[in-house]
Amino acid sequence: MPTFVRTEKCDGCKGQDKTACMYICPHNLMKLDKDGSETGHAMKAFNQEPEQCWECYSCVKICPQGAIECRHYADIVPLGGSVQPLRGSDSIMWTIKFRNGTLKRFKFPIRTTAEGSIDPFGGKPMPKMADLASPAVFTKDVMGGYRTGNPAELIRRS
Amino acid sequence: MAGTFEKPEVVQEDLDILLIGGGMACCGAAYEVMRWAEAVKAETGTELKIKMVDKAAVDRSGAVAQGLSAINTYIGPDLDPADYARMVSNDLMGITRDDLTYDLGRVVDDSVHLFEEWGLPIWKTDADGVRHDGAEAQKEGLPSLKDGGKPVRSGKWQIMINGESYKWIVAEAAKKALGLDRIQERVFIVKLVNDKNDPSRIAGAVGFSVRENRIYIYKAKSVLLAAGGCVNLFRPRSVGEGSGRAWYPVWNAGSTYAMAAEAGAELTMMENRFVPARFKDGYGPVGAWFLLFKAKAINAYGEDYMVKNKEMLNDYPPYGQAAVPASCLRNHLMLKEMKDGHGPIYMDTVTALAKLRETLTPKEVKHLEAEAWEDFLDMCIGQCGIWVGENIEPEKKMSELMPTEPYLLGSHSGCCGIWVSGPTDLGAPTSEEYDGIPAHLPKGWSWGYRSMTTVKGLFTAGDGVGASGHKFSSGSHAEGRLASKAMVKYALDNKDWKVELDTSAEQLAEEIYKPVRTFLEHKDYTTAIDVNPHYITPKMLQMRLQKIMDEYVAGCSTYYNTNDKMLAVAEEKLELLKEDAGKMRAKDLHELLRAWENYHRILTAEAHMKHIQFREESRYPGFYYRTDKNFVDEKNWHCFVNSVYDKTSHKWTCFKRKHVDLVDKSKLFKAAAPH
Ligand SMILES: Cc1cc2nc3c(=O)[nH]c(=O)nc-3n(C[C@H](O)[C@H](O)[C@H](O)COP(=O)(O)OP(=O)(O)OC[C@H]3O[C@@H](n4cnc5c(N)ncnc54)[C@H](O)[C@@H]3O)c2cc1C
Ligand code: SF4
Ligand code: SF4
Repeated sequence: MPTFVRTEKCDGCKGQDKTACMYICPHNLMKLDKDGSETGHAMKAFNQEPEQCWECYSCVKICPQGAIECRHYADIVPLGGSVQPLRGSDSIMWTIKFRNGTLKRFKFPIRTTAEGSIDPFGGKPMPKMADLASPAVFTKDVMGGYRTGNPAELIRRS
Repeated sequence: MAGTFEKPEVVQEDLDILLIGGGMACCGAAYEVMRWAEAVKAETGTELKIKMVDKAAVDRSGAVAQGLSAINTYIGPDLDPADYARMVSNDLMGITRDDLTYDLGRVVDDSVHLFEEWGLPIWKTDADGVRHDGAEAQKEGLPSLKDGGKPVRSGKWQIMINGESYKWIVAEAAKKALGLDRIQERVFIVKLVNDKNDPSRIAGAVGFSVRENRIYIYKAKSVLLAAGGCVNLFRPRSVGEGSGRAWYPVWNAGSTYAMAAEAGAELTMMENRFVPARFKDGYGPVGAWFLLFKAKAINAYGEDYMVKNKEMLNDYPPYGQAAVPASCLRNHLMLKEMKDGHGPIYMDTVTALAKLRETLTPKEVKHLEAEAWEDFLDMCIGQCGIWVGENIEPEKKMSELMPTEPYLLGSHSGCCGIWVSGPTDLGAPTSEEYDGIPAHLPKGWSWGYRSMTTVKGLFTAGDGVGASGHKFSSGSHAEGRLASKAMVKYALDNKDWKVELDTSAEQLAEEIYKPVRTFLEHKDYTTAIDVNPHYITPKMLQMRLQKIMDEYVAGCSTYYNTNDKMLAVAEEKLELLKEDAGKMRAKDLHELLRAWENYHRILTAEAHMKHIQFREESRYPGFYYRTDKNFVDEKNWHCFVNSVYDKTSHKWTCFKRKHVDLVDKSKLFKAAAPH
């Protein structure tokens, strides 16, 4: 399902030096055609290697203009369906259209804290260098996730 | 644009700790390492210099880019790390390192509890047994896992999440911990560099920006190499636009294994591969369908082949006799149906959902439908694309299943990777029994620093650590944490070592930009830019690799069969391909990225081929068969196959290391183990 960019919706991220889709694509596929020499559409983005697209939707979800969609792989999938998200701050809405016109909508939570609010070390202990050689991680005593294990299970430990 | 290259600027940096990759493992490492670095600063005043380098953007890089719908490794209060070690061992046909899996089982839940604190919604079951999604559970006041909340298990080890933003959340914590100055995105690491004065030691790594003409040379005391597994080294089942629809992330190109091998690190179990049975073409996950919705897989004539062919499991004692047979054996039973002409194979979603409707209220059914779709939308949206295009509503129409092309990985249901030093408190062996282990390599399973490879100062985690497997997202994060903590100790213990690269900066820059120079030098020799006797495009190089691997090294086209003769042909062809890799062209920075990715794929593929050749049995029936040795040979091959690569002579040396159980495996099997 390679992505495609809707010509009239993309604004090239307003000429910033880094477009959102270029920033996010894990496979370096989205590209801004600055002068239009590659696509005929100057200052608009395009997928430069559609057959390498993982359809991960990272670019679709991040585009501020909602300009990116997917056209399912032409060598596999009949035309006419679409799967389009709208990602908010705490949930994502999916609109799913079947080839035969059936429509489904789903909404799922995506996070329970505000974006940017993580305080990684807040309330966490400061370890001592002397413990560097001890097993486990520095949050072992506060996160309740460390399992000591039943020593009887270790058949070779003397 | 094609041909407009300037001479690259060279940026050099001196570090104590370099993290390569920005996936689950490196995000875990970033979190852990910064707290220890703070402790070091507080106690000694020394500031450790740390950097994380990712070829993509950490927010969405790696295997978790689109999110996940489950955390596949969560031990919980009722299971023991030993149970986990046993499960991993059986799924990987008995040959895993109990020290590594057990140790991971001790710490993995710590990371899961952090994820929930950071905002990852985790499904919960309330006192009445009703399940709630992660946000609802919080609103209802259900306790967090840390405070005794009950997760929704979709299997013995898996818990369900609303994981669309999983990577985003984990990355936020890692980025906050590190601070933006310690993160470099869009730099592809091409190779590691050994130390000039001690070749068995790491001295740093080099890479290039995929955005501007710039080469980065990092000198570092210690390096964490966690750049994921290897995808697209075999010809994929779909070869047009769909060739990007790999099951594992198409962008992980074996950098971990290839760079480690070139630096001299010992690899292990590179013969192992994972061939997941997934929904056909979209490769959507099947786990929730089997475990949560209780669906069955059937052949075209409605037969449950797991029942029909169950006698075949007896050919592989004791692994076939476990309550849950190894993944490869489940494939083995499916392949029998396909080869006998009883395909297509289907997931019977219709019967499963109808059955559930009998006992559920309409509201619950609606919920269930959403859950089924969310399973795909959270981690494999492409599968939904296929369902809408083909008008498949799972309650009305069944979906085809198919084994995919092979993948190499060490964190999911596979165990290839790098041989690392394990914990010392679990009874791991300290000596070796087999001859043939190169003398410079350590004896036993522990040589000082947790997660260090056999190259001093080089560490790995996640998909990089071999002979373990089944750590998944949570385990990779936890493993990154264990590694980075040991790296701090290593950096301090070696604080007076003066790191010196064994190759000059100019030469390194020259090597990295060679595909560019090749292009510029020859591009006008022909009129068509892609067809030129002086160079090969990275894309054609990749297709040639995929063709060789598919046809000779047990890809889909031979139903995963190979033999000694086919392997010999592959060996020859791969050598020529490796030579031709020196003639790759790069017409722009994007193609330079593809060039080096494919170079990494070739080395990884070669390791895979050599290991299969060396192991004279078929250890993973259903994943690959050596038809000349079509059996599991417990007597001679219940051992690790390890290897080292010599980057000067370009030769591999394979050898055996003894396998030892640290926990009793007989508990897994119905009948007593016969060996
Ligand atoms: C479809 C799918 C479903 C899965 N389902 C589940 C599940 O339900 N539950 C679960 O717990 N786990 C699941 N996993 C597994 C989980 O995602 C992996 O186990 C985990 O992400 C591995 O972590 P890692 O850090 O080793 O690799 P990754 O997370 O893949 O990270 C690798 C990183 O290295 C970077 N990189 C690669 N090469 C280079 C280079 N040369 N230079 C610089 N950077 C580089 C990449 O950009 C990336 O940031 C699934 C994975 C997939 C693909
Ligand atoms: S993110 Fe959207 S608007 Fe910005 S360049 Fe890409 S497609 Fe255009
Ligand atoms: S869907 Fe993913 S792989 Fe495809 S272009 Fe967008 S970000 Fe890149």
